[in-house]
Amino acid sequence: MDFLYRPWPWYVAGPIIGLSVPALLLMGNKKLGVSSTLRQICAACYPAKIPFLHYDWKKDSWNLFLVAGILIGGFVGGTLFANPEPTHLAPATVDLLHRQGIENLDGLMPVELFNWHTLLSVKGFLLMVVGGFMVGFGTRYARGCTSGHGIMGLAALQWSSLLATMSFFLGGILFSYFVLPYVLAL
Amino acid sequence: MKNLKYALVGIVFGLALTKGEAISWYRIQEMFHFQSFHMYGIFMTAVPVAALSLWIIRKLQLHSADGQLIDAPVKPYHRGIIPGGLIFGFGWAFTGACPGPLYAQVGAGYLVTIITFVSALAGTWVYARLQPYLPS
Repeated sequence: MDFLYRPWPWYVAGPIIGLSVPALLLMGNKKLGVSSTLRQICAACYPAKIPFLHYDWKKDSWNLFLVAGILIGGFVGGTLFANPEPTHLAPATVDLLHRQGIENLDGLMPVELFNWHTLLSVKGFLLMVVGGFMVGFGTRYARGCTSGHGIMGLAALQWSSLLATMSFFLGGILFSYFVLPYVLAL
Repeated sequence: MKNLKYALVGIVFGLALTKGEAISWYRIQEMFHFQSFHMYGIFMTAVPVAALSLWIIRKLQLHSADGQLIDAPVKPYHRGIIPGGLIFGFGWAFTGACPGPLYAQVGAGYLVTIITFVSALAGTWVYARLQPYLPS
Protein backbone atom coordinates (compact mmCIF):
# COMPACT_ATOMS: atom_id res chain seq x y z
CA MET A 1 0.00 0.00 0.00
CA ASP A 2 3.09 2.20 -0.02
CA PHE A 3 2.16 3.75 -3.37
CA LEU A 4 -1.01 5.11 -1.78
CA TYR A 5 0.92 6.95 0.94
CA ARG A 6 3.60 8.34 -1.32
CA PRO A 7 2.89 11.29 -3.64
CA TRP A 8 2.72 10.39 -7.32
CA PRO A 9 5.12 11.96 -9.79
CA TRP A 10 3.60 14.05 -12.58
CA TYR A 11 4.19 11.32 -15.16
CA VAL A 12 1.91 8.99 -13.18
CA ALA A 13 -0.77 11.46 -12.04
CA GLY A 14 -1.01 13.29 -15.40
CA PRO A 15 -1.77 10.29 -17.64
CA ILE A 16 -4.31 8.91 -15.13
CA ILE A 17 -6.08 12.28 -15.10
CA GLY A 18 -6.01 12.26 -18.92
CA LEU A 19 -7.51 8.77 -19.07
CA SER A 20 -10.65 9.98 -17.33
CA VAL A 21 -11.56 11.59 -20.68
CA PRO A 22 -11.84 8.34 -22.72
CA ALA A 23 -13.33 6.54 -19.69
CA LEU A 24 -16.26 8.99 -19.55
CA LEU A 25 -16.68 9.01 -23.33
CA LEU A 26 -16.76 5.23 -23.55
CA MET A 27 -19.13 4.83 -20.62
CA GLY A 28 -21.78 7.22 -21.88
CA ASN A 29 -20.38 9.83 -24.30
CA LYS A 30 -19.87 12.18 -21.35
CA LYS A 31 -17.51 15.14 -21.58
CA LEU A 32 -15.24 15.72 -18.61
CA GLY A 33 -16.16 18.89 -16.74
CA VAL A 34 -16.43 19.79 -13.08
CA SER A 35 -17.51 23.43 -12.76
CA SER A 36 -20.89 22.61 -14.35
CA THR A 37 -21.71 20.68 -11.17
CA LEU A 38 -21.76 23.99 -9.27
CA ARG A 39 -24.55 25.15 -11.57
CA GLN A 40 -26.26 21.80 -11.12
CA ILE A 41 -26.25 22.16 -7.34
CA CYS A 42 -27.53 25.74 -7.59
CA ALA A 43 -30.31 24.60 -9.92
CA ALA A 44 -31.24 21.74 -7.58
CA CYS A 45 -31.11 23.73 -4.33
CA TYR A 46 -32.06 27.32 -5.03
CA PRO A 47 -33.05 28.12 -8.62
CA ALA A 48 -35.12 31.13 -7.44
CA LYS A 49 -36.65 32.44 -10.67
CA ILE A 50 -33.38 32.61 -12.57
CA PRO A 51 -33.68 31.36 -16.17
CA PHE A 52 -30.02 30.16 -16.17
CA LEU A 53 -30.90 27.81 -13.32
CA HIS A 54 -34.19 26.51 -14.74
CA TYR A 55 -33.39 23.41 -16.73
CA ASP A 56 -33.66 19.69 -16.24
CA TRP A 57 -30.57 19.28 -14.02
CA LYS A 58 -31.52 15.69 -13.23
CA LYS A 59 -30.85 14.76 -16.84
CA ASP A 60 -27.17 15.61 -16.31
CA SER A 61 -26.92 14.20 -12.82
CA TRP A 62 -24.13 11.85 -13.92
CA ASN A 63 -21.65 14.63 -13.14
CA LEU A 64 -22.83 14.79 -9.53
CA PHE A 65 -21.71 11.16 -9.23
CA LEU A 66 -18.37 12.14 -10.77
CA VAL A 67 -17.75 14.86 -8.16
CA ALA A 68 -18.94 12.64 -5.31
CA GLY A 69 -16.22 10.28 -6.53
CA ILE A 70 -13.66 13.11 -6.57
CA LEU A 71 -14.51 13.85 -2.95
CA ILE A 72 -14.03 10.18 -2.06
CA GLY A 73 -10.76 10.14 -4.03
CA GLY A 74 -9.60 13.14 -2.00
CA PHE A 75 -10.56 11.31 1.19
CA VAL A 76 -8.66 8.16 0.21
CA GLY A 77 -5.58 10.03 -1.01
CA GLY A 78 -5.52 12.88 1.49
CA THR A 79 -7.06 11.49 4.68
CA LEU A 80 -6.85 7.68 4.72
CA PHE A 81 -3.46 7.52 3.02
CA ALA A 82 -2.16 11.02 3.69
CA ASN A 83 1.46 11.58 2.75
CA PRO A 84 3.30 11.76 6.11
CA GLU A 85 6.16 13.74 4.54
CA PRO A 86 6.04 17.43 3.61
CA THR A 87 5.60 18.15 -0.12
CA HIS A 88 8.86 18.19 -2.11
CA LEU A 89 8.45 21.77 -3.22
CA ALA A 90 11.09 23.66 -5.15
CA PRO A 91 13.51 25.33 -2.70
CA ALA A 92 12.64 28.71 -4.26
CA THR A 93 8.96 28.14 -3.38
CA VAL A 94 9.79 27.15 0.18
CA ASP A 95 11.83 30.35 0.48
CA LEU A 96 9.08 32.46 -1.02
CA LEU A 97 6.37 31.06 1.25
CA HIS A 98 8.57 31.42 4.35
CA ARG A 99 9.31 35.02 3.38
CA GLN A 100 5.56 35.58 3.04
CA GLY A 101 5.20 34.46 6.64
CA ILE A 102 3.93 30.90 6.19
CA GLU A 103 5.86 28.82 8.72
CA ASN A 104 4.33 25.40 8.42
CA LEU A 105 4.35 23.86 4.95
CA ASP A 106 2.99 20.45 6.00
CA GLY A 107 0.13 18.70 4.27
CA LEU A 108 -1.60 20.06 1.19
CA MET A 109 -2.69 23.44 2.53
CA PRO A 110 -1.29 25.92 5.05
CA VAL A 111 -3.59 25.30 8.01
CA GLU A 112 -2.41 28.51 9.64
CA LEU A 113 -4.17 30.39 6.81
CA PHE A 114 -7.06 28.03 6.15
CA ASN A 115 -8.84 27.41 9.43
CA TRP A 116 -12.14 28.35 11.11
CA HIS A 117 -10.58 31.21 13.11
CA THR A 118 -8.89 32.97 10.19
CA LEU A 119 -12.19 32.73 8.33
CA LEU A 120 -13.34 35.64 10.49
CA SER A 121 -10.26 37.73 9.68
CA VAL A 122 -9.91 39.90 6.58
CA LYS A 123 -7.11 37.66 5.31
CA GLY A 124 -9.02 34.40 5.70
CA PHE A 125 -12.20 35.94 4.36
CA LEU A 126 -10.39 37.08 1.20
CA LEU A 127 -8.62 33.76 0.67
CA MET A 128 -11.55 31.44 1.29
CA VAL A 129 -14.80 33.36 0.78
CA VAL A 130 -13.78 35.85 -1.91
CA GLY A 131 -11.43 33.31 -3.53
CA GLY A 132 -14.14 30.65 -3.69
CA PHE A 133 -16.64 33.17 -5.02
CA MET A 134 -14.29 34.09 -7.88
CA VAL A 135 -13.76 30.42 -8.72
CA GLY A 136 -17.52 29.84 -8.97
CA PHE A 137 -18.30 33.09 -10.79
CA GLY A 138 -15.34 32.95 -13.19
CA THR A 139 -15.70 29.32 -14.23
CA ARG A 140 -19.35 29.73 -15.07
CA TYR A 141 -18.74 32.98 -16.97
CA ALA A 142 -15.97 31.23 -18.94
CA ARG A 143 -18.26 28.14 -19.23
CA GLY A 144 -15.64 25.73 -18.01
CA CYS A 145 -12.70 25.21 -15.71
CA THR A 146 -9.36 23.46 -15.73
CA SER A 147 -11.10 20.16 -16.51
CA GLY A 148 -13.67 21.26 -19.08
CA HIS A 149 -11.46 23.74 -20.95
CA GLY A 150 -7.95 22.87 -19.75
CA ILE A 151 -8.16 19.12 -20.36
CA MET A 152 -11.32 18.21 -22.32
CA GLY A 153 -11.42 21.34 -24.50
CA LEU A 154 -7.70 21.29 -25.27
CA ALA A 155 -7.87 17.57 -26.05
CA ALA A 156 -10.64 18.37 -28.54
CA LEU A 157 -8.40 21.10 -30.04
CA GLN A 158 -10.84 23.90 -29.28
CA TRP A 159 -9.33 27.38 -29.73
CA SER A 160 -11.68 28.91 -27.19
CA SER A 161 -10.45 26.41 -24.60
CA LEU A 162 -6.84 27.41 -25.27
CA LEU A 163 -7.83 31.04 -24.79
CA ALA A 164 -9.70 30.12 -21.59
CA THR A 165 -6.76 28.12 -20.22
CA MET A 166 -4.37 30.98 -20.96
CA SER A 167 -6.75 33.34 -19.14
CA PHE A 168 -6.88 31.01 -16.11
CA PHE A 169 -3.09 31.02 -15.90
CA LEU A 170 -2.72 34.74 -16.57
CA GLY A 171 -5.26 35.51 -13.82
CA GLY A 172 -3.53 33.14 -11.41
CA ILE A 173 -0.05 34.50 -12.16
CA LEU A 174 -1.22 38.10 -11.74
CA PHE A 175 -2.84 37.41 -8.36
CA SER A 176 -0.10 35.13 -7.12
CA TYR A 177 2.60 37.72 -7.90
CA PHE A 178 0.89 41.02 -7.25
CA VAL A 179 -2.08 40.53 -4.94
CA LEU A 180 -1.47 37.49 -2.73
CA PRO A 181 1.69 38.97 -1.10
CA TYR A 182 -0.37 41.91 0.16
CA VAL A 183 -3.17 39.67 1.38
CA LEU A 184 -0.70 37.44 3.24
CA ALA A 185 0.85 40.53 4.85
CA LEU A 186 -2.51 41.58 6.36
CA MET B 1 -27.82 2.78 -10.58
CA LYS B 2 -26.55 3.49 -14.08
CA ASN B 3 -24.66 6.58 -12.88
CA LEU B 4 -22.58 4.78 -10.28
CA LYS B 5 -19.84 4.02 -12.80
CA TYR B 6 -19.13 7.76 -13.10
CA ALA B 7 -18.39 7.83 -9.38
CA LEU B 8 -15.68 5.24 -10.01
CA VAL B 9 -14.06 7.52 -12.60
CA GLY B 10 -14.36 10.34 -10.06
CA ILE B 11 -12.61 8.31 -7.37
CA VAL B 12 -9.64 7.57 -9.63
CA PHE B 13 -9.60 11.16 -10.92
CA GLY B 14 -9.77 12.57 -7.38
CA LEU B 15 -7.10 10.17 -6.15
CA ALA B 16 -4.76 11.20 -8.99
CA LEU B 17 -5.44 14.90 -8.30
CA THR B 18 -4.68 14.38 -4.61
CA LYS B 19 -1.66 12.06 -4.91
CA GLY B 20 -0.34 14.21 -7.78
CA GLU B 21 -0.65 17.17 -5.36
CA ALA B 22 -2.66 19.15 -7.90
CA ILE B 23 -4.95 20.08 -4.99
CA SER B 24 -2.00 21.43 -3.00
CA TRP B 25 -2.13 25.15 -2.31
CA TYR B 26 1.68 25.15 -2.24
CA ARG B 27 1.98 23.44 -5.61
CA ILE B 28 -0.35 26.03 -7.16
CA GLN B 29 1.83 28.91 -5.91
CA GLU B 30 4.92 27.05 -7.14
CA MET B 31 3.27 26.68 -10.55
CA PHE B 32 2.26 30.35 -10.84
CA HIS B 33 5.83 31.36 -9.98
CA PHE B 34 7.30 28.90 -12.54
CA GLN B 35 9.48 27.35 -9.85
CA SER B 36 8.89 23.69 -10.67
CA PHE B 37 7.94 21.57 -13.65
CA HIS B 38 5.63 19.37 -11.55
CA MET B 39 2.21 20.92 -12.34
CA TYR B 40 3.14 21.63 -15.96
CA GLY B 41 4.20 18.00 -16.25
CA ILE B 42 0.72 16.96 -15.13
CA PHE B 43 -0.95 19.14 -17.79
CA MET B 44 1.54 18.17 -20.47
CA THR B 45 0.84 14.47 -19.96
CA ALA B 46 -2.91 14.66 -19.17
CA VAL B 47 -3.81 16.68 -22.28
CA PRO B 48 -1.95 14.55 -24.89
CA VAL B 49 -3.26 11.32 -23.32
CA ALA B 50 -6.79 12.72 -23.50
CA ALA B 51 -6.29 14.11 -27.02
CA LEU B 52 -4.83 10.88 -28.38
CA SER B 53 -7.63 8.80 -26.82
CA LEU B 54 -10.26 11.11 -28.26
CA TRP B 55 -8.59 10.96 -31.68
CA ILE B 56 -8.52 7.14 -31.65
CA ILE B 57 -12.12 6.93 -30.44
CA ARG B 58 -13.26 9.28 -33.24
CA LYS B 59 -11.11 7.58 -35.87
CA LEU B 60 -12.63 4.18 -35.05
CA GLN B 61 -16.11 5.74 -34.74
CA LEU B 62 -16.58 4.02 -31.42
CA HIS B 63 -19.89 3.98 -29.61
CA SER B 64 -20.36 4.44 -25.91
CA ALA B 65 -21.58 1.58 -23.73
CA ASP B 66 -25.12 2.95 -24.05
CA GLY B 67 -24.93 2.95 -27.84
CA GLN B 68 -24.27 6.58 -28.76
CA LEU B 69 -21.75 7.52 -31.42
CA ILE B 70 -19.05 9.33 -29.44
CA ASP B 71 -18.56 12.93 -30.51
CA ALA B 72 -16.09 15.64 -29.55
CA PRO B 73 -17.27 18.66 -27.60
CA VAL B 74 -17.54 21.92 -29.51
CA LYS B 75 -16.79 24.99 -27.45
CA PRO B 76 -17.39 28.12 -29.48
CA TYR B 77 -15.78 31.41 -28.52
CA HIS B 78 -17.91 33.78 -26.46
CA ARG B 79 -17.18 37.03 -24.71
CA GLY B 80 -17.07 35.48 -21.23
CA ILE B 81 -14.02 33.34 -21.96
CA ILE B 82 -11.38 35.97 -21.13
CA PRO B 83 -13.01 37.93 -18.27
CA GLY B 84 -14.43 34.75 -16.73
CA GLY B 85 -11.13 32.95 -17.16
CA LEU B 86 -9.21 35.77 -15.49
CA ILE B 87 -11.63 35.95 -12.54
CA PHE B 88 -11.36 32.19 -12.06
CA GLY B 89 -7.55 32.53 -12.20
CA PHE B 90 -7.66 35.13 -9.42
CA GLY B 91 -9.67 32.75 -7.26
CA TRP B 92 -7.41 29.83 -8.13
CA ALA B 93 -4.38 31.74 -6.79
CA PHE B 94 -6.24 32.55 -3.54
CA THR B 95 -7.80 29.16 -2.81
CA GLY B 96 -5.29 26.87 -4.51
CA ALA B 97 -8.30 25.09 -5.92
CA CYS B 98 -10.00 24.79 -9.25
CA PRO B 99 -13.44 23.16 -9.12
CA GLY B 100 -12.16 19.54 -9.10
CA PRO B 101 -9.84 20.18 -6.16
CA LEU B 102 -12.66 22.08 -4.36
CA TYR B 103 -14.26 18.69 -3.81
CA ALA B 104 -10.98 16.85 -3.22
CA GLN B 105 -9.74 19.36 -0.60
CA VAL B 106 -12.86 18.73 1.46
CA GLY B 107 -12.32 14.99 1.12
CA ALA B 108 -8.66 15.37 2.06
CA GLY B 109 -9.81 16.55 5.48
CA TYR B 110 -9.43 20.33 5.12
CA LEU B 111 -12.98 20.80 6.30
CA VAL B 112 -12.86 24.60 6.31
CA THR B 113 -12.71 24.42 2.50
CA ILE B 114 -16.44 23.60 2.71
CA ILE B 115 -16.69 27.39 3.03
CA THR B 116 -14.63 27.85 -0.15
CA PHE B 117 -16.96 25.40 -1.85
CA VAL B 118 -20.13 27.13 -0.64
CA SER B 119 -18.67 30.48 -1.78
CA ALA B 120 -18.04 28.96 -5.20
CA LEU B 121 -21.72 27.94 -5.29
CA ALA B 122 -22.62 31.53 -4.35
CA GLY B 123 -20.37 32.81 -7.15
CA THR B 124 -22.09 30.55 -9.65
CA TRP B 125 -25.50 31.64 -8.38
CA VAL B 126 -24.63 35.34 -8.64
CA TYR B 127 -23.30 34.74 -12.16
CA ALA B 128 -26.62 33.10 -13.04
CA ARG B 129 -28.47 36.09 -11.61
CA LEU B 130 -26.34 38.61 -13.54
CA GLN B 131 -26.09 36.54 -16.71
CA PRO B 132 -28.64 38.58 -18.71
CA TYR B 133 -26.63 41.76 -18.07
CA LEU B 134 -23.14 40.42 -18.80
CA PRO B 135 -21.64 40.37 -22.31
CA SER B 136 -21.58 36.80 -23.54
